[in-house]
Amino acid sequence: MSHTRKSDLSIILRQSAPLITVIAIFLLFYIFYNSNHPRGFSTAVYIQNANEVFALVMVAMAQTVPVLMGGLDLSVGAVMTLVNTLASHLLNGSPLEIVFGFIVCLLTGALCGFVNGCVVVYGRIQPIIATLATGAIFMGLALFLRPTPGGDVDGDLAWVMTNDLYEIAATYGFFDNGEAAWFQPVAWLPVPALLLVVVALFVWMPFSRSVTGRTVYAIGSGESAAYMSGLPIDRAKIAAFTLGGFFAGVGGIYLTLQTSSGNADIPQAGAYTLNSIAAVVIGGTSLLGGVGTAIGSIFGALVLRTISFNFRIFDIDPLLQPLFEGVVLLGAVSIGALSVLRIKNTLELFR
Amino acid sequence: MTPDGQTDRGLKTAPSAHMSLTGITKRYGGVTALENVNFSCDLGSIHAVLGENGAGKSTLIKIMSGVVTPDEGRMMLDGREVTFSGPSAANDAGIVCIFQELSLMPDLSVADNIMIADPPRRFGLIDKRAQKRRAEELLARIGCEDVNPLNRVRDLPLSRRQMVEIAKALAKDPTVLILDEATSALTSSDVDRVFEILRKLRDDGISILSISHRMHEIEAVADMCSVFRNGHNVETFRQGTRSAEEIVQMMIGREISAHFPPKPDKDLATQGAAPPVLQVRNFAWENVLQGIDLSVRKGEIVGLGGLDGQGQKELLLGLFGVLKSTSGTIEINGKPVSIRSPIDAKRAGVDIALVPEDRKTEGLMLPMSISDNLSIASLSRMSNGIMLDQNALESSVAEAVRRMQIKIGNKSDAVSTLSGGNQQKVVIAKWLMTDPKIILLNDPTRGIDVGTKQEIYLLLRELAKEGAAIVLYSTDYEELIGCCDRVAVMYDGQIVRELAGSEITERNIISSALNIEEAAQ
Repeated sequence: MSHTRKSDLSIILRQSAPLITVIAIFLLFYIFYNSNHPRGFSTAVYIQNANEVFALVMVAMAQTVPVLMGGLDLSVGAVMTLVNTLASHLLNGSPLEIVFGFIVCLLTGALCGFVNGCVVVYGRIQPIIATLATGAIFMGLALFLRPTPGGDVDGDLAWVMTNDLYEIAATYGFFDNGEAAWFQPVAWLPVPALLLVVVALFVWMPFSRSVTGRTVYAIGSGESAAYMSGLPIDRAKIAAFTLGGFFAGVGGIYLTLQTSSGNADIPQAGAYTLNSIAAVVIGGTSLLGGVGTAIGSIFGALVLRTISFNFRIFDIDPLLQPLFEGVVLLGAVSIGALSVLRIKNTLELFR
Repeated sequence: MTPDGQTDRGLKTAPSAHMSLTGITKRYGGVTALENVNFSCDLGSIHAVLGENGAGKSTLIKIMSGVVTPDEGRMMLDGREVTFSGPSAANDAGIVCIFQELSLMPDLSVADNIMIADPPRRFGLIDKRAQKRRAEELLARIGCEDVNPLNRVRDLPLSRRQMVEIAKALAKDPTVLILDEATSALTSSDVDRVFEILRKLRDDGISILSISHRMHEIEAVADMCSVFRNGHNVETFRQGTRSAEEIVQMMIGREISAHFPPKPDKDLATQGAAPPVLQVRNFAWENVLQGIDLSVRKGEIVGLGGLDGQGQKELLLGLFGVLKSTSGTIEINGKPVSIRSPIDAKRAGVDIALVPEDRKTEGLMLPMSISDNLSIASLSRMSNGIMLDQNALESSVAEAVRRMQIKIGNKSDAVSTLSGGNQQKVVIAKWLMTDPKIILLNDPTRGIDVGTKQEIYLLLRELAKEGAAIVLYSTDYEELIGCCDRVAVMYDGQIVRELAGSEITERNIISSALNIEEAAQ
């Protein structure tokens, strides 16, 4: 019995090696950053960092789902931007109006993904091309909503969502304005970090353990085999893109709260899309599909952002940043490719 | 139609039939795959379906399992007419098919694969622990306790994957179980186990349909047989009422003199006068191959025997330069060579060709045309300075199609449109176009109809006569006995015995394969 357990553990460890690697890289970079930061390991730094990473983390999660099916979604940045411009109109007014605005924004993100899914499934178009086209359309809609940057976002809301838990309590008068003794151990936690945990635990985890989620992995691993196993291929594809759109929408809403404005910034949307792919790859998800998790992509995005944090505290020419990010991307991907050296049957390289 | 009364042509729908098809016709474009076929299978019976490539067997099971819909005709299940919108609809009706081309998802775990259709759930989410337990039970049921359900399917050998496939089918609790060449990748002990399971399932009242090209397997398990030819159900009869020769005759519709072409005078083959073309000494790789010594002379067919997975496949790959860090020496015509990749293997002076194990992934580029596939290994021979010489290319492609008698519509059609046997012919032909002196074949007749098998046997002997040195790995003992001048039987990465001439008997091969010391018969 103990023998079986042991081998179970070793199998699980081996299969999670990419995830463990990316977490280790992140911790290495982030601890290095904090050690060299004058106010390192402080709540203020955590909050600032969490705010800066959240949108990219969401977009990276959004990208993961189509990549697991073996496709690429070139519209994630555009969906984020569209939702950002929409939210810059809706996130204000009475609490009811704000709640309504949140719902509309989330639905819009999901709807964009749903459209992508339908184009891919019913139009029989490859995801990369389908989303290149729909992404341009979403960008056009965003420009229509916000021809020039600007917006009107509820100030309290923007403040508390981009701060620690204490500020929520203090602003809205919970827990003795945040002074309750029991509240103190968690009061320092940045809101975006908690939001991320909530999204990962209550959206991604259930999805990955649902039949639809399993089908997404199955499609990436072998679509014809998945079909022959009687799996709901079309439904899973549409669901995958819809979920991707939802994640991108969450990212867009957060970007609005963070910047208190909407901005249909085309280069920014493009940069988010490309960074999302980089994050997914660093996070250990195979671009061929079938292997990986959105959790890995979260850390992939964190690694990318942590590089730019490090650039800020060291007096390095910021122009070198893209170069360094590229080197890290290459390095991270190469670590994943190291296992290739162990392969003694070269035929396996091509499978 | 036949006097003995036990047989009736195109068996009428018996009242006890669990599933019956009446007047089924299916066309693909201009090709009629099935024409007005009547077929039925009963509960508690194992029904074997035989036929050549393109006889309509695959279409039949595709219709039954909901992969394609028939153009005409009716399907009845349990007395009710049914139509299936897809494989999942057929699964829901209790019809489960184990397809010849594996339907496993290699990146998912064994447990994920086995329980893929209906995983155990808690609160709507997949219960991984229950899933693993259930997968363990199913694997134990088919005697595969050695497979850890957490392993990725990718990491399992082919024969284990096939067993996982069977466990996956059983997980769906079928009432009609269809096996399409499901035993072709299995080791013989697994085959016995699968047969045991099939008999048990039959006794439980399940209706089993099996497509197989292995006559002795059909004799071992089938209760009923149907022979298909050219889209017709030629005859359905009780197993045992027709001899193997009669069945083969029904399948191919022409007289065949012998299963295997005659071997050359055995003195010539064994005298050892000619120096070996290929001489392998002390060849080893990882812990899979150990101290292999093998020599193959010009004009000789040397078989590799033994149970599946004893290193035969790796030996062929190693000779073809696919394996890294091998040790030992390979000599071609007495000169030591270093083969580090298939490019080296093809090089003039080495001239090795390998017909690989899996024609769909290693042998062919399925979406590319027949002509592209045929010429792909010999492009450098047809290069005219910088450009490809289209005339030379076309004439050599035409020559290959003619020589191998590949049945094609148009040589610019995708190779995926061909039947399995013709695809395999393309793989062999593409290597013949490189004028190899040494031809390695990894189970080239797996999942291929009798007619094409025969053609391949003839071709091999012909190539040997023309001076090629051939190494043939086959999982089919009959084939080794019928084709080979010598058989090297492998066990645990070593050649445990070499049989030549009259020593090549089933008894000798099997006893060596099991590594049982026994006096030569």
